[in-house]
Amino acid sequence: MLEINGVRKTFHAGSVNEVRALQGVTLSIQDGSFTVVIGTNGSGKSTLLNAVAGSFLVDEGTLHVAGRDVTLWPEYRRAAMFGRVFQNPFSGTCPQLSIAENFALAARRGFRRGLGWAVNAGLRRELREVVAGLGMGLENRLDTPIGTLSGGQRQALTLLMATWQKPKLLLLDEHTAALDPKSADQIVTLTENIIVRERLTALMVTHSMQQAARVGDRLVMMHRGQLIEDFAGERKKRVRAEELLERFEELRRSELLDESAAEMLERCYV
Amino acid sequence: MSLLVGSLTIGFILSLLALGVYISFRIFDFPDITAEGSITLGAAFTSTLLVKNLHPLLATPLAFFAGGLAGAVTAILAMKFNINKLLAGIMTMTALYSVNLRIMGRSNVPLMNERTLASEVETLSHRLLGTTTVSVLRWEVSAQDLGQLVLCPLLIALVALVLYIFFRTNVGTAMRGTGDNAQMVRAQGVDDSTMIILGLALSNGLIALSGAILAQYQGFADVQMGIGMVVWGLASVIIGEALVGTRELDYTIIGAVMGSVLFRLLVAIALRWGMNPNDLKLITAAFVFLALITPKLVPFLRARKRRFAHA
Repeated sequence: MLEINGVRKTFHAGSVNEVRALQGVTLSIQDGSFTVVIGTNGSGKSTLLNAVAGSFLVDEGTLHVAGRDVTLWPEYRRAAMFGRVFQNPFSGTCPQLSIAENFALAARRGFRRGLGWAVNAGLRRELREVVAGLGMGLENRLDTPIGTLSGGQRQALTLLMATWQKPKLLLLDEHTAALDPKSADQIVTLTENIIVRERLTALMVTHSMQQAARVGDRLVMMHRGQLIEDFAGERKKRVRAEELLERFEELRRSELLDESAAEMLERCYV
Repeated sequence: MSLLVGSLTIGFILSLLALGVYISFRIFDFPDITAEGSITLGAAFTSTLLVKNLHPLLATPLAFFAGGLAGAVTAILAMKFNINKLLAGIMTMTALYSVNLRIMGRSNVPLMNERTLASEVETLSHRLLGTTTVSVLRWEVSAQDLGQLVLCPLLIALVALVLYIFFRTNVGTAMRGTGDNAQMVRAQGVDDSTMIILGLALSNGLIALSGAILAQYQGFADVQMGIGMVVWGLASVIIGEALVGTRELDYTIIGAVMGSVLFRLLVAIALRWGMNPNDLKLITAAFVFLALITPKLVPFLRARKRRFAHA
């Protein structure tokens, strides 16, 4: 479904702020799998997701989705195949437009937008039913501006919008990180339900070890712009949050050692 | 009385400008000052066609396309070449000054002896009313003025209705979404650059249309007529928003029209009271400044008052 091949990306190349965010990432995602990407801050996990979504073009490497080379496609064109939920609940919705109008935008994802009425009776009927399924009482507020809702409500709606037209790949970028624990739990449950029910292929980035251990059927770890671990199948089922934490602790310690060693050498010889 | 009728009519004509400014500034959050050039472009283009004896009903709508082209140029400069939005507008506006002079061949085109929308209305109202002046509430009003005052609002209402319907369609909703959250609409597969190019074309098309009708109403097109028009349009939009008290689409469209008419009336009254016409642009700019800072100033003053009360 998704083939990431040798992807590299450096931001602010040649300046003091140079960040080598992706340093040769290769990852192949099977149709129908739910892959979780985990990593420390600055490990490049969100950058990887944004590279797939097309927020920027990569410096090196190729991206294929469903057999098509999308490496040079602009973001909006790739969107025909992707459903996306962002970390910031404000990013996924148009605050001044009503709930129904936001869904009208999502309902035409991958289709031509003509002069047809955006919020038509059919959409409204379907929408009432689907939104009622959230149990948030939003089905009676379809015409209120979406900006008046809470972050959790907006994130739940964004998730529904991202999957309204079945995406070839659902991209979730730490989509529960900005929510309170209760809302975050609700959104995780909702995410799993939708992925199972619609048989979606999903790629989820998270910084929560518990979440990473609990959901999905494959887990990849990132560090310093590279993939360092890949838990799949039975190994993924057995993995626990503590184990993941240990693995990161190990990395941290080895780096500390590197740094102090470097410092010592510097003291001796410079 | 003729002053009142005249201001109302001009207010309605300039409400097309207000609607254009509303689309660029409010819907797209794009500070587009191409308007100063495109309103003149509309006037110049249509006037030149009228001098060449094209029928006014054909020459007037063509201004929309000329203005649309100007708006698209600004948007392409900003979106495809990543030029600062204000600068893109300034560049197009500056270029249009030469273009307008080229179109007209001189700095001023009189339309007194041409067949224009105004002369058409004159003929029509004379035929309908059978007289050149009508008495309204004991005031003598020329039939032509009355005809214009009736027809302009009808035209504006039609444009406003079409706009309202357009912004409720799939493309129109995508346009509103683009101004609201470009990241979101891109994630829904909308090419936001194209939306902005189309949107500024629509905005400047309306503004050029406003210029084309204004030229025919006042009987000439002038290369200087666009100066200060962006601030004028913005003032109308702000007054309109204050009048309707909401930013919901249906009301703000009506608000922009009402704001334009009211603002023109206020200006007419101020001029009648002896305001120097040369000060008009200064006062308009000051008015927009006040309107822009008032919403921020009120909470600030309140907070300060509270602090002093505690001290």
